[in-house]
Amino acid sequence: MPAIAINNLDLYYGSFQALKGITSFFKEKTITALIGPSGCGKSTLLRCLNRMNDLIDGIRIEGQVLIGDKDIYAPGTDLIQLRKEVGMVFQRPNPFPLSILENVIFGLKIHGQLPSEKKKWEKIAFRALSAVGLWETLKDRLKESALSLTLEQQQRVCIARIVALQSRIVLMDEPCSALDPMATEKIESLMLNLKENFTIVIVTHNMQQAARISEETGFMLLGDLIEFGPTGQIFTKPQDDRTNDYITGRYG
Amino acid sequence: MMRLNPILSQKIIKTLLWILTGSTIGILFFIIIYIFIKGLPQLSWTFLSTNPVDMGRSGGILATIVSTVYLIGIALFFATPLGLGTAIYLTEYTREGLITKIIRFGTESLAGIPSIILGLFGFAIFVIAFGWGWSLLSGGLTLSAMLLPTIIRTSEESILSVPQEYREVAFSLGVGKWKTITRVVLPAALPGIVTGIVLSIARSVGETAVIIFTAGSSLRFPSSIFESGRTLAVHFYILAREGISMPMAYGTAAILVLLILIINISAYMTMRFLMKRYS
Repeated sequence: MPAIAINNLDLYYGSFQALKGITSFFKEKTITALIGPSGCGKSTLLRCLNRMNDLIDGIRIEGQVLIGDKDIYAPGTDLIQLRKEVGMVFQRPNPFPLSILENVIFGLKIHGQLPSEKKKWEKIAFRALSAVGLWETLKDRLKESALSLTLEQQQRVCIARIVALQSRIVLMDEPCSALDPMATEKIESLMLNLKENFTIVIVTHNMQQAARISEETGFMLLGDLIEFGPTGQIFTKPQDDRTNDYITGRYG
Repeated sequence: MMRLNPILSQKIIKTLLWILTGSTIGILFFIIIYIFIKGLPQLSWTFLSTNPVDMGRSGGILATIVSTVYLIGIALFFATPLGLGTAIYLTEYTREGLITKIIRFGTESLAGIPSIILGLFGFAIFVIAFGWGWSLLSGGLTLSAMLLPTIIRTSEESILSVPQEYREVAFSLGVGKWKTITRVVLPAALPGIVTGIVLSIARSVGETAVIIFTAGSSLRFPSSIFESGRTLAVHFYILAREGISMPMAYGTAAILVLLILIINISAYMTMRFLMKRYS
């Protein structure tokens, strides 16, 4: 069973149709990349998966998005539960102006799942920060402001914040575009590690990045999902001319 | 016409601006120093810790300090939740539109109402209609109407300056709207909000017109908020205006100026402290 099943999804901003009948399946514990030129709707699609688009005025969504076996657009969906399960990493690292520890436990604290003994907090921080490869570096600096970290570390803390919530799916919206190539490489290898426990969907401008880390890739253009398949196939034997044009750099 | 050498003209402009800036600061220092020279000799522990005697000709100013504190406390007790709530509503719960424009116009107009008119309003409503008489409660409530615009505006500005990203991340972590506001937005906006509140205190410390109309000018030590009381500023006004005692007036003025200085400095320090805490 796929982790995420998108079924004939339409999305309108007012009268403008930003997503046109998207149907696709994203596998569990797999990295799926969404590529395409700016404005193709890939971020919009990503934000449908945790209903972040709900925040936008004048938006209308039709169709189904199944996560597990639940349609997240069905009436009565528990949005808080949904967003606990489906975490999101943004373009710019955005830790809260709090300490590193407070950032990591933020989600649990706000959802009232934080144990009252402070000793256990460190255990949570240990698990989450180890998962993002920061524990050794930061274990003695948990009380420092998260904003004092490098951008790459900040992005890792943001991922740790999701890990601590025990999400199953991580949506990444161009998570490396604010980072330099070295940091990008490190975040990419982190993603490959995370894949063992998480289903990852990443939107990226960077085709090489999609090729390096993803197993499946979807190519989008003007609100359509043009082609979807194993990454190797998309980049070497695309079935659609438009995909071919994009990956060979004719536009984008 | 002779063309000025650019370096020379630069120098002239610089000197001119220096003089302008210098005079601004100069005026401030002149006022403060003048008040202190006249007033500081009057100050003593007895001056601060005893009640006025014989209309203020002798004795101290304790009752007026207590009345001032009461009045500010009451005003903030009402103005802070109202102002902060309005600011949260305007920034987080509604879209820019006719309603927000009307609310903003309303608060701006409230800020523009002369304080003596507000005093008259407080007199008509709280003192007469509600039958509370001249009392610290009537005065505090009227004063709170005067502070509202400042608190709303400063709170609004600091809430708006919280990066939109924080709200997005909070939502993406499953945090509801109200919790996002209380746990993420308000802590980040706190330095600005607190500064606004503290500065509004400084403003109310110096207010007289509103208070004479609504809290009266009784010199007795206030034992409840339903009694009339005389604030420092009103005391100073009456001492000087009625020619009761100029030395006592200057002593009171020195305390007022000191108080406002302390409030401003503590506003600055609080802001620094909170900014460090949250960034």
